[in-house]
Amino acid sequence: MKPRKPVVALAGNPNSGKSSLFNELTGLRQKVGNFPGVTVDKKTGITRVPGKGQTEEVVVVDLPGLYSIYPKSEDEKVVMDVLANPDHADFPDAVIVVADASNLSRNLLLFTEIADLGRPVVLALNMLDIAVSMQLEVNAVKLAMELGVPVVKINARNGEGLDRLKEAVAGVLEQPSPAVSFFNPSADLQPLLEEVSREYGIRNPYLALQYVCQHDHLSFLQAPARVRLDQLIEKHGFDEAAWLQHETIARYEAIHALTDKAVKSKGGTGQHPATAKLDKLLLHPFWGYVIFLAVLLLVFQALFSWAAYPMDLIDEATSQAISWTKEVLPTGLLNDLLTDGIMAGIGGVIIFIPQIGLLYALVGLLEESGYMARVMVIMDRIMRPYGLNGRSVVPLISGVACAVPAIMSARTISNRYERLVTIMATPMMACSARLPIYTILIALVVPDQKVLGVLNLQGLALLGLYLLGVAGAIFTAYLMTVFVKRNETGYLILELPTYKWPRWNHVGVMMYDSVRAFVVQAGKVIVAVSIILWVLAAYGPGDSQDRAEEQVREELTMVSDEALEAAVSSVRLETSYAGRIGQAMEPVIRPLGYDWKIGIALLASFAAREVFVGTMATIYSIGASDAEDESTIKERLRNEINPETGGPRYTPAVAMSLLVFYAFAMMCMSTLAAVYRETGGWKWPLIQLAYTMSLAWILSFAVYQLMN
Amino acid sequence: MSRSIADLKRGETGIIKSLTDRLISHKLLEMGCLPGREVQVLALAPFGDPVCISIGGGYHLALRQSEARSILVESPL
Repeated sequence: MKPRKPVVALAGNPNSGKSSLFNELTGLRQKVGNFPGVTVDKKTGITRVPGKGQTEEVVVVDLPGLYSIYPKSEDEKVVMDVLANPDHADFPDAVIVVADASNLSRNLLLFTEIADLGRPVVLALNMLDIAVSMQLEVNAVKLAMELGVPVVKINARNGEGLDRLKEAVAGVLEQPSPAVSFFNPSADLQPLLEEVSREYGIRNPYLALQYVCQHDHLSFLQAPARVRLDQLIEKHGFDEAAWLQHETIARYEAIHALTDKAVKSKGGTGQHPATAKLDKLLLHPFWGYVIFLAVLLLVFQALFSWAAYPMDLIDEATSQAISWTKEVLPTGLLNDLLTDGIMAGIGGVIIFIPQIGLLYALVGLLEESGYMARVMVIMDRIMRPYGLNGRSVVPLISGVACAVPAIMSARTISNRYERLVTIMATPMMACSARLPIYTILIALVVPDQKVLGVLNLQGLALLGLYLLGVAGAIFTAYLMTVFVKRNETGYLILELPTYKWPRWNHVGVMMYDSVRAFVVQAGKVIVAVSIILWVLAAYGPGDSQDRAEEQVREELTMVSDEALEAAVSSVRLETSYAGRIGQAMEPVIRPLGYDWKIGIALLASFAAREVFVGTMATIYSIGASDAEDESTIKERLRNEINPETGGPRYTPAVAMSLLVFYAFAMMCMSTLAAVYRETGGWKWPLIQLAYTMSLAWILSFAVYQLMN
Repeated sequence: MSRSIADLKRGETGIIKSLTDRLISHKLLEMGCLPGREVQVLALAPFGDPVCISIGGGYHLALRQSEARSILVESPL
């Protein structure tokens, strides 16, 4: 077996510049995966460090940012899982702890904890420029002497000091610096720690302490081991909360003794000057909201008008690729499966890439600059009565593009309850897959005229649907607070980082990550379900489809070839499995004003809402050449007659009922799959499915009955 | 009666005396809210909640009123 490449883990506080350092070290040679057994993203990359004679490749693992090794959120639990388990695939041979030099003592807390676990460590001092602007002088040489480990000054934003950092890493990989200890568990803990060390074969007393304090989080401990540790804790009367306070305070005392020697303040106010000024404005009770609103408007502008150009291009390219393939390959079922099933499914996924990429580039920009933390502060109080948290802002805003990455971004909410409420509320936001349905139905029933001189009525209707989504999210969150008991009180303790200019390459990496997550997570489901639905629509029981086709061909002898083909595909769909299911659904959807044709479109769009428009085109036998043209579909829908009333099929009541249905119904398998992954079971996705479907049904029923 | 950060006005300074909420005290400690450190209320979000504070003159945190109430302070000498 090839010897394993040395593994170097990157640890540090949030906002310490850890991700910047990771990007600088690994460049674009990054891989994103999952830590085994959990849904936390794991980024790894390769970097080269000086070795004997030539450079040597080492694997760099980026650990989630945290303030201490005692985890407070799902993400943070991974860190001890990696550091405490020598059998873990990512168990590091050395750890680089990144520290913000402008806030050294708090950053050293994590450093001393990791150092005490006994892995070789290197301290990377970052953000010295900010320290300088705060009149702080950090003496790295003195710090290295006091800490007993290599200390390297770096600038993670421009890569300064990276060579020295790599040398230091190579140094400790070759010759681990002697173990350092910053904190000794007090004497009264010794009997407990000795017993744990003996039973689990641990040599490091601080690691034994972690078994005691974190046995419920360490995934490599089996149930019997956890029960045994509980027994030991009881036997020795160990009080974890009191211990954590004691340990942290004692560590800070040791750290202050160090920083008193290594950090000199030259009498500044200790404030970052630009940050203090900007905060006055951005946290202002009035202007703060005005600016946030302006930022939101800009984000929406970007999502809906700038992203439209690349989306149109992709749409065009997909339909051309499909028709080209159709012509080149011999006609038949395989051809249809490839084009109408697989290629159409993939096209339905990639069309959203520009919007999602743009959204996350903007979110990345706001986060990198430090502004997002301020938004969380001004939104927290408003969202709290609904069981949400200031941190819910990011998932909710992202929900306007796509709920899948939005739900994943809820991981930063440490409180499980608030995270769950956020996950349940986010899919109510009007995602971009609803947009084509909204556009076509609004155009059908809302007159294209101006009101009050400037406002377009159709635009107002669309705005109303977005607000309906926001109201739905708030209502859902409120329902959660009524029906689900919260087990723990939530808190918001948020660091407000100093403002910085965003780095474009970091924004780019963030954009790439979210697009990749969307394509992999949502893409798989959408393509799979598209194929299943294609099969349901292409096949019918026995030879019923063929018989129906023959009948149509006999009856329609006087029409053009194109009209005949359109009528044939319409009748084939009608007699297919999908058609039968649509007809079977009719009793359920009739009270909402829908017939079985709409039933088929509802069924087909269950995988992904955007399929609705295309399916409608097929049902209403619009020739393939016209299907792309929205006005054709609109005309066809407008002329459809309801055989019972003799009036138009798509009355305003039916269209409004459909709009409301799509606003609330969970017509998205990918979202359900994402909720399943993030909540770790089928309970919540099933509740969400049942809840959104009943809500959609009831509201559409009310709308239809009232308007009809 | 002991005062907490929640009782401080904007711009007012206090010295952290103790933390009273066992469940979140470790979170506050790891974020640097240590007994003996100086805190200053920098800003109040609309509705007076959350509170933005500066710790030891160095960095800024935002806390909800409920967390701020669990941090008891005394007046600086």
